[in-house]
Amino acid sequence: MTKLSMTVNGKAVSGEVEGRTLLVQFLRETLHLTGTHVGCDTSQCGACTVHVNGKSVKSCTVFAADVAGAEVTTIEGMANADGSLSVIQQAFQDCHGLQCGFCTPGMVMASAALLADNPHPTEAEVRHGLEGNICRCTGYHNIVKAVLTASGQTVAAE
Amino acid sequence: MQNFDFVKPSTIAEAVKALNSGDAQALSGGQTLIATMKQGLAGAETLVSLTGIAEMKGVSSAGGKLSIGAATPHATVAREAASAYPALAKLAGGIGDPQVRNRGTVGGSLANNDPAACYPSAALASGATIVTDRREIAADDYFQGLFATALEEGEIITKVIFPIPEKAAYIKFEQPASRFALTGVFVAKFAGGVRVAVTGASNDGVFRWTEAEKALSANFSPTALSGLSVDAGNMITDLHGTAEYRANLVKVLTARAVGAA
Repeated sequence: MTKLSMTVNGKAVSGEVEGRTLLVQFLRETLHLTGTHVGCDTSQCGACTVHVNGKSVKSCTVFAADVAGAEVTTIEGMANADGSLSVIQQAFQDCHGLQCGFCTPGMVMASAALLADNPHPTEAEVRHGLEGNICRCTGYHNIVKAVLTASGQTVAAE
Repeated sequence: MQNFDFVKPSTIAEAVKALNSGDAQALSGGQTLIATMKQGLAGAETLVSLTGIAEMKGVSSAGGKLSIGAATPHATVAREAASAYPALAKLAGGIGDPQVRNRGTVGGSLANNDPAACYPSAALASGATIVTDRREIAADDYFQGLFATALEEGEIITKVIFPIPEKAAYIKFEQPASRFALTGVFVAKFAGGVRVAVTGASNDGVFRWTEAEKALSANFSPTALSGLSVDAGNMITDLHGTAEYRANLVKVLTARAVGAA
């Protein structure tokens, strides 16, 4: 076991990890930040997406020790300072961008990274940008609508 | 997953030392290796991370060549190589998905030499030079079959130098679940001739389609390929496609790449 420190959602944290401890295990089991989900554990589904130094990564496929000292943001760090939902989270709620909700933390994190890179994406760019995230309820249509809405673009009603 | 000691050196010299002391394995972005370790198919007593070595990161171009640090993630290549070598940047931007591209690296891809990976085709078609901690290896000598390369035990790729072609394009026929190349073709036209490298198709990994290179060097047009055929004898057959299907894809995708270049 070695000691590990990093910044998670703006707070300095530390804990003991093994070499093989995955970032998602450190977040969920050591820090008890269980909003980050493990869906497939094989880097396919994206439910475990978090940001490391501002970039989206699949935390089931990163060793915790490899991101020692990094700035990590999880779904628990996405709300506004006053506890209200962020623009992206609010758009997911308003557009019903979720069904069972299991993939939602990863979808929100991937969407936030996508919009940081490309603030006004086309629908095709949103779909391409969320390729690393799977919704097994197949709720993609409203998820895409939520991301477009969060970007400030008007989405046609149906 | 079997446990291991994790070390993260900050220089190439330290990494080489760590890799050459006992049972050690290099780790770059980990987007293949970690999944392989979870399945118990890879492991070592010590894992040596290469992601903390500043001298192995970055993209720069000079004198008609693009140099990419081996630990540079695909997303960075997609962004920073876009003006100097657009076909290579497009290839990097089409690997996996955004999260994978933020971690996976060019050096990791070339060291692993997956027979369906994208980067080997770019390196081979460009006539790239694979620079390691101890020597320079021409791409023509580097790829040695399925997951096999010229790298020695404990040898680290530190950077890759790509000569920039006059025209180039990479066309990937994607396996839709994994986004690996069911077959992918990289065509690069240089003043001295055309190079065509194919990934995803052969049982021996990436290869050059020399008949097409000859035809395209004489006439750089999709029609130059019309009389050629690809032998299906050594092509991969799996549940996604037969050998004959892949052989046909090689020709179709080469023509598309020439058209797009």
